[in-house]
Amino acid sequence: MTDQPTNSVAVGAKETAFPLVLGLDTFGDRTNTADGQPLSHAQTIRNVVAEGVLAEQVGVDFFGIGEHHTDYFPMPAGDVVLASIAARTQRIHLGSAVTVLSSDDPVRVFQRYSTLNALSNGRAEVILGRGSSIESFPLFGYDLADYEQLFEEKTALFAQLLEGGPVTWQGTTRPALRDQDVVPYLEDGWRLPTWIGVGGSPQSVIRAARLGFSLMLAIIGGRPARFAPFADLFQQALANFGRPPLPVGVHGPGHVAATDEQAREEFWPHWRELIRLVAVERGFAIPTEESFAFETGPQGALYVGSPETVALKIATNLRTLGATRFDLKYGAGGLPHETLMTNIELYGRQVIPRVRELMTSAS
Amino acid sequence: MSNATTPTIAVLGAGHVGPAIARLALDAGHTVAIATSGNPDDLALVTRLLIPGAEPLWPADAIARADIVVLAMPLHRFLRMDPNALSGKLVIDAMNYWPPTDGTLPPPFAAESVGTSEIVAERLHDAVVVKTLNHVGYHELETYARPSGSVDRRALGVAGDDPDAVDTVSALVDRIGYDAVPVGPLRAGRVLEPGGPVFGAVLRREDFERAVHSPAEQQMAFGLAEQHYGRSA
Repeated sequence: MTDQPTNSVAVGAKETAFPLVLGLDTFGDRTNTADGQPLSHAQTIRNVVAEGVLAEQVGVDFFGIGEHHTDYFPMPAGDVVLASIAARTQRIHLGSAVTVLSSDDPVRVFQRYSTLNALSNGRAEVILGRGSSIESFPLFGYDLADYEQLFEEKTALFAQLLEGGPVTWQGTTRPALRDQDVVPYLEDGWRLPTWIGVGGSPQSVIRAARLGFSLMLAIIGGRPARFAPFADLFQQALANFGRPPLPVGVHGPGHVAATDEQAREEFWPHWRELIRLVAVERGFAIPTEESFAFETGPQGALYVGSPETVALKIATNLRTLGATRFDLKYGAGGLPHETLMTNIELYGRQVIPRVRELMTSAS
Repeated sequence: MSNATTPTIAVLGAGHVGPAIARLALDAGHTVAIATSGNPDDLALVTRLLIPGAEPLWPADAIARADIVVLAMPLHRFLRMDPNALSGKLVIDAMNYWPPTDGTLPPPFAAESVGTSEIVAERLHDAVVVKTLNHVGYHELETYARPSGSVDRRALGVAGDDPDAVDTVSALVDRIGYDAVPVGPLRAGRVLEPGGPVFGAVLRREDFERAVHSPAEQQMAFGLAEQHYGRSA
């Protein structure tokens, strides 16, 4: 990053001094009014801008928007929304979470985020991945069976574009490039920090290391601790490829309210409904009260509770996973905008300072 | 090969599913080899850090040494594999037809009248195929494994046409931490597929048995399956 948050601290032992980054992610979840009526896509998008602006005001380091193309996540052009947030903020870093690169053109993705970087004075980031989303494949005419090759070729081209200078490239997934100038150039001394979002495939971890991208572990169910070997795998693979260490981040869903009970009560019906919607195509089990109790408990993957509960869980998992970044995926299936604003406020004003305190006292 | 009580296992596939199955088998005292379509040298780091104790091998070597071969690769990759490589083997089919990963596979896949393991078994005509380990999410497989007799132990369905093979695989399922519930021949194994009543669910034995044996549940399941495949078409 170009300008690290000044209040960041280095954490962990085996991690070289990467700054602690605490962010928020949204998929542009289509929200409801307080009496349960769904808002329009357009209003949902405008609300996301307000949420991003509030995130900066309350001290959040990063605001990410995940690409989706569905009625319940009407968010296919997150970079446009991020540009709007960039114009209203000064400090917060802004990025995709994730960009579905395999059904996009790496040249266009570079151009859009390099433009965002210009508009935001170097605050843009990109997280590349799949985000367990598939809806962009039929939309743009790609075959899911080609996923591996699409992602492999396109991440490699994206890495090449980040180097700057005229690009020469040949592959099977887009037309060849010969000494092609790709603009806008990144400003002198600026980088476009790039991460790969990984859901649990070891080969994806190795690919991130090979290309020199940071690793974002998306942990949306089960025990986060089982991902600990992935951080080791990543750092050792980086070393094998002759690269310096790079930071590891964690993306996890959750909801913060004044008390544990309130957070669970607010989140549960919407979470259940959301997972029910996506269960068939993603193979998720529909949550039960028992599975929800596990996931929101100390061993589970959901960060749902009071600021203290959520902060403790974040700090514990960052240490367990050797990670220096956590992005909370807030909102779920219609949780009203006002509730999300309270969540963001509590996350920024109470969770983040508490996590910093816990991480500092632990090191 | 080893004796009958702790058969040697070959896991084919090192993505999400393969390492989870391999670790459970290692914990249960089995000798485990892991293989992908590529060079085992490329798997060495992954194996050392994520599946300590397993041996990365070329597929042919892993298969040759194994008493039980577990197919843990995406189904569309299996279709590129030479079926003769598995001749004479006891094979666990842990795969699913999963359009988000596999894309749209040609018929007879997605036909309502035939299960994917029946298609797999037909391709592997010289092997004995047993379907199991496919209906629990890879991220939950290790979370829910429990020693025999635990009150909160969960169940895995086992389907196969060869009763001895079903027994052998059921014993393996039991050792790695689950109650094995035979559901009948491979044809009946459709009840374990995506959209079925136990897919994605980690149920206790009595709930599992109730789910797979209730006609209403089955009807709902096949309705869901239709919806699942309908979307992908």
